[in-house]
Formats: sequence, C-alpha cells, structure tokens
Amino acid sequence: MMNKLIFGRYIPGDSLIHHMDPRAKLLLSFYFIGIIFIANNWQTYIVLFAFTLLAIMLSGVKWSFFINGVKPLIWLILFTVLLQVLFSASGGHVYFHWGIITISQLGLINGVYIFCRFVLIIFMSTLLTLTTPPLELSDAIEYILMPLKAVKFPVYEVALMLSIALRFVPTLMDETEKIMNAQRARGVDFGEGNIFQQMRAIVPLLIPLFVSSFNRAEDLATAMEARGYQGGEGRSKFRILKWQSRDTWATLSFVALTVVLVFLRG
Amino acid sequence: MSQIIDVAHLNYRYPQQSADDLTLKDISFSVAAGEWVAIVGHNGSGKSTLAKNLNGLLAPASGTITVDGEVLSEDTVWNIRKKIGMVFQNPDNQFVGATVADDVAFGLENQGVPRDEMLARVAAALKQVNMSDFATREPARLSGGQKQRVALAGMIAAQPQILILDEATSMLDPRGRAEVLQTIQAMKVAGNLTVLSITHDIDEAASANRVLVVNDGELKEEGTPAEIFRHGPELIKMGLDMPYAERLKAALKRQGVQVPADYLTEKGMADWLWQLSSNK
Amino acid sequence: MAIEFKQVDFTYQPGTPFETKALADINVTIPTGSYTALIGHTGSGKSTLLQHLNALLKPTSGTVLIGDREITPATSNKDLKSLRRKVGIVFQFPESQLFEETVAKDIAFGPQNFGVSEADALKTAADMLDLVGLPATLLDRSPFDLSGGQMRRVAIAGVLAMQPQVLVLDEPTAGLDPQGRLDMMEMFAQLRHDQDLTVVLVTHQMDDVANYADHVIVMDQGRVVKTGTPRDVFQDPEWLLKHQLGLPKTTAFARQLVQKGLHFDQLPLTEDELAADLVAQLPASAFGGGSTDDE
Repeated sequence: MMNKLIFGRYIPGDSLIHHMDPRAKLLLSFYFIGIIFIANNWQTYIVLFAFTLLAIMLSGVKWSFFINGVKPLIWLILFTVLLQVLFSASGGHVYFHWGIITISQLGLINGVYIFCRFVLIIFMSTLLTLTTPPLELSDAIEYILMPLKAVKFPVYEVALMLSIALRFVPTLMDETEKIMNAQRARGVDFGEGNIFQQMRAIVPLLIPLFVSSFNRAEDLATAMEARGYQGGEGRSKFRILKWQSRDTWATLSFVALTVVLVFLRG
Repeated sequence: MSQIIDVAHLNYRYPQQSADDLTLKDISFSVAAGEWVAIVGHNGSGKSTLAKNLNGLLAPASGTITVDGEVLSEDTVWNIRKKIGMVFQNPDNQFVGATVADDVAFGLENQGVPRDEMLARVAAALKQVNMSDFATREPARLSGGQKQRVALAGMIAAQPQILILDEATSMLDPRGRAEVLQTIQAMKVAGNLTVLSITHDIDEAASANRVLVVNDGELKEEGTPAEIFRHGPELIKMGLDMPYAERLKAALKRQGVQVPADYLTEKGMADWLWQLSSNK
Repeated sequence: MAIEFKQVDFTYQPGTPFETKALADINVTIPTGSYTALIGHTGSGKSTLLQHLNALLKPTSGTVLIGDREITPATSNKDLKSLRRKVGIVFQFPESQLFEETVAKDIAFGPQNFGVSEADALKTAADMLDLVGLPATLLDRSPFDLSGGQMRRVAIAGVLAMQPQVLVLDEPTAGLDPQGRLDMMEMFAQLRHDQDLTVVLVTHQMDDVANYADHVIVMDQGRVVKTGTPRDVFQDPEWLLKHQLGLPKTTAFARQLVQKGLHFDQLPLTEDELAADLVAQLPASAFGGGSTDDE
C-alpha cells in the first residue's frame, strides 16, 4: 500500500550527481535555465544538449524517465512552438502567407529553438528532482533563503514546515486510500457520473480527511511542544549540508559552458 | 528516597467546561525517583489530562506540581520539559522528523545541543532501541512498533529523568507491544529513570512498582500491582485488563473450587494448581 | 452468503519497479453463517484479502465467488454496488469515515447510495443506532461531538444500515479500553445471532478467536497456510510461533501446566474449559464455599 506515489519521483542512486550538494544542484539548475537564453544558433544548442546528456548519463537514471517528464507537457510545448512559427516576425524565405499568419524560414528556426529550450529545461529540472530527495531540496531551500533572515523572514520555521509537510505526504496518501475504501464500501462511486455527482462523492472523502489532518496537527503540535520546541531561535541543526570538491568542479563546468556558449553564439 | 514528582490538590478543567465541572478533581500523589508508576482508568477518566498537566502542556486550574524540586510555572515549564520525556499513543502523529535519525535528533536540536555531540547521542540512542539499521528510513516504511521505538530513542537521546508513556502501546499489534515494553524495561534498567505509564495493558501495569487508579477525574485507589489485581473482575471497570490468573480464578470459582483471595502471578497460579492436584 | 477464493493471486502495481506480490494462490472458503477469524502477523496479506471480499480489489488472476457473483480480473468496475451492499466492511478505526452533520444522516448515507429513499434510510438509522446500543437522543447530534467509543458504534451502525449478509470486521476493538473491547465483541456476537450474519473477523487477539470464532484462516507471506476450527489451529503451538502468531491465554497457560505434569486430552481454549478440565483432576478438598483467605 505504501510507495504508490513517489513524491518528487526521487530515484535512489549512487552516482556523482546523486551525491552532489543539493544547494549546488538547485542553484546550478536555475543558472542553467538562465544561460539557455545565451544560445542563439545550432552550434550553441548542440553544446547545451551534449552537456545535458552528459549529466543525464552521469546520473545513471534511465532515459525513459526523462522522456516521460516531457510527455505531460508536450501539448503546451507544441502550442507555444506553433504560435512562434505562425506569428513571429518573418525573415528569410517566406513559405506561406495568409492574413496575419506567416510561415517563414526564420519563424521555423525559432520554433525549433523554442522546442529545444523547453526540452532542455525539462530534462535539467527532471534530473534535479530524480536525483535529489525532497528532504535535501528543502534543506537546500533553507540555506538559500538564509539571507532573508536579515529582513525577519522566518526561515527556520518555513524549512521545518516544509520538511513536516513532506514527511506527512505518504501518511495522508494512506489515509486518503483508507477513507476512500471505507466510503466505496458504503456505496460511493468515485470518478463516476457527471461533474455534479463526482463533486458530491468528494465530500465524504474530504471532510474525514480534514478532520483527521486537524487531529494529527494537534497531536503533532503537542508532541513537539513536549519535546521542547519553542520556535527556531536557539536550535542547533542535525542535518547539515557539506560543499565538496565535486560541487566546485560542477560549478566550474557550468562556468566553462557559459564561456563556450558566449564564444559560439552568433 | 527523594520524591521526583509531587502533585498537590490538582484541579483541571478544559476551557469549554463550567466552573464546577472538573476533569481532574483534587488529585494528590508523589512519585519517588526511580519508581515505575502505572496510571489506569477507563477511556475518558482523565488520565491523559493528568499526564499533560505534569509537563505543563495543560495548565491546572489550581494546585501545585513540583518536578525535581522545581514548582511548575510559566517560568519553569521549559526547564521541566527537559526533565520529562513523553511518548504518546499514535505512532504517526508524534513523528516529527523526515527520517528516523532526524526524529531522534529533534529534541536535541530544540535544546541547542552541539552537532558533534548530537550525532553521538543519536547513534547511541538508536543502538539502544535496536533501530540503528533504520537511521535513514522514512517513517512511512516503519511498523507502528518501530515508530514507537524511534520515539523512545528520541527520549533516550534527550536524557530526561522522567518518562511518561501515554498509552504508548495501545495502537500496536502484540509483537510491537512486546518489543516496546521490552525496550522500556531495558531503559529503566540502563538509567535511573522514573517511569509513569498510562495504560490498559496488564503486562505494562504488572511491570510497575505502584498502580494509581483514576476514575471520573479522581484518584480512587493506589497500591502495588498485587494489591490492585486482587480486584479480579472489577479491574475491567477500572480500565484494566484482567490478569490471566484472575480470569482463571473466576472460572474456577464458578465451578465451585475454593481459590485463594490473594493475587497470584501466572507462575504462582500454576504452582498452586499443581500442588492442589498432587494432593489427590 | 458464502465467499470462495479460487487460485487467487494479487500483485500491487504490476509491471512497475514497485511491483509487490501480496496474495499467492489463495484457495479458501468462508462458509455461510460462519464466524470466521482471519489471523496472521502484520504484513501477511490479511488486509489485501479483506479488500477482495467486496471487490474493492479485483484479483490479478483467479476468481473470487461472492455469493453467486463471480469476480475475475476482467470484471468491470461498474455494477459492483449490489455486491457491496451484501458485504459490509467495518475498517480499522471506522470512526474516521464519519462526515455528516448528524449521526442519523451519517448512518443513512450508505442505504441512500444503494437507492433507499431518505425517509426510509433515516428510519433505518434510528433502528441501527438502537442495535449498536446507543440512545436515540444521539440521532441529531454531530458525530464529532461523541466520545471515541460512541463514534465507532455510529460508524458500525452506518455499515449495518446497508443490511449486509456478511459483516467483515477489521480489528474492531483496536484502541478501546478493556470494557469497551468486551462490550464490542459481545455486541457482534449478539448481532450475528439476531441478524443471521456471516461474520469475518480480522484480529491479533487470539482470545477473541477462541471465544467467538468457529472457523479460522491463518495467513503468512501472502498465502493461506492453515484453515480449520480454532481447536485444530491452536493444538499446535510450535507451528503458530513459527508463523509469528500467539496462543489464547488459556492455551498458553495450559501448556505451563502440562510441563508441570498435568494432563489434558486436548489443550483447552477458554478459561471455563480449562476450569472444567481441572475440576476433574482436583481432589474433593478443593471444593468448598467460595474463596479462602491464606492470611
């Protein structure tokens, strides 16, 4: 019954990428999204793809997981590409023209580039979530938000909230399944009938789920208080993140990538 | 022996209750350091409320609670909580950490224990409850009994002087229950721990030095397990299972056999029966 | 109504990396009118088997025969309602399924899903509340204002309101105090008698098996490893221990007596049975007026 849903779809592994500092992974993923926009010709895109595929190979995660990451978004991507192809400023050879719709050589090329950007971004962020347990990501977010403490942002509390939320995801999944079973046994059909009937079927699931979540929250708060929790101040930390040489190397490789992209861009 | 807990004329009412309606009525008792006291009573008798008053999770309407020489008040409550570890009924709802080791460390983090010391204490505590192999596991992959042992490891690591168990074994299967009880017994031996266990479980009550019976918010009776267990069938109304020897005694009585009025352990009962039958 | 399993296998998430086989080659019958106890340690497959009893799960292969309805892997998810009405399941901690504004409405929820009119369902609700031993004054109260024990009874009334022929109970006494447990088990025995029910009890309490059941199914590692009467199953303590199961308290105690040299033709299961066996072995001097005091 457990593990039906693998939150964040983390796939355990022992690769270089798995062992990287989650802060490095998180920040470099964002950085990567930024430098994609440096690319503006086929040479630069080839370099970006080569870099991404190398990272995927290093992670040892199966290709199919990445393809599956693109699948749910494919219509959104194609729609965006289509808009770009049909309505962007024309240039080069014009293949088709009707009213405001123009299919030009430049438009087609831009469409292909946009498609590449989407795929690159999805591959890289999928790589992040597949190789980093959610808990480590929440640790990384805590570190990254730390400067906000200066403006009294409750960083510790937010981080604890995040980690407790993650910890309770499987518990509440089990609970949901249990309540659904109990109501199905009382004659409820989930996911059948028209919209109105389906909405009605949700009530006997949602109310018990809320009630149980509130009870759990109250118990949890009591237990935390009994164990001396008085807010983030004065607490020490059990989980710490260690920046290692591999993280420095990874960062340098991104710098090198940037330099290459700047040289190759047209 | 010094008294580590002293409760005098404790009254408690929940906010929604009227002035003359009390959940706890004039409760007084003390517990000696190193003692194991079981608190029994049927559901709704007020025993959990009593436990939550002891470490200030609930604030009494009147009366004084003294823990290790300190009178419980708003100023002393956090210090007193350091001295009292508490394990609750629902294994899931007290598991704060995202992994086993994180959960054990939670209390230490709250006390600001330096990390190096924390690592050592967490590892030692997990070893003591036999959960070292599970340190990086998530709670969803543990059984109820394992989760409760992790909760106990959290207590061991925080090194309290007093351990309060609020029906800590009541949601477990028999195997989990036995494992948790064994762990508590081992903890008791390892440190000079004072244990207060709120329970319906006869084996847990039998492990205690003394049993307090709470009913309708009042302390009705106290005595050694043997003294309390003499009540036989009445025990069920007190919120306690009947010890097996008492159940058998009742059955024998129904058959017209003369049985000793004093409480017998199972072994004592077996000896008595053997002796009796060899007189034939 | 009987329920029969024929070569049933069940696998969770087949064809994924998380595939787990939960049931293997189950061939077992729950006879009409029986009080069947389903025992096995945590993770033995009891809950998975239980969800097959009213087709909440369908077998990955094999057939489950519920009354005259055949459930196979190919059975459509539609049209299972009539079957769920006949097999009522009280899940563990059933109070967590309550959701309506009033006790009456919650109990009436099941019957209405099966097409009973609101007025009739509310009338049934009043009868059911009485059946589970709660006063009619609770009908208009919110279920969330009741005590834990009362909430559980309301939830059970909600299942009984569907007027099932088979009542499945998954550890119905978990978390109750001893008096509550005793009352609950007596209530089920009474219900079974009055409503002519087939009862399936999933439990870890071997004393309840000894006291109430007439048929036992033992599970281990997704397989049925033994079926029989409680007497058959509990005659072999070593075998039970091997499958991580306990004995009724009486049977365990009788074994201690056997080691001391007393003799039983068959190990007794309940204290009354043991007392009767002992009486035959005790001298006349043991009988007198009630109890003696050693002091």
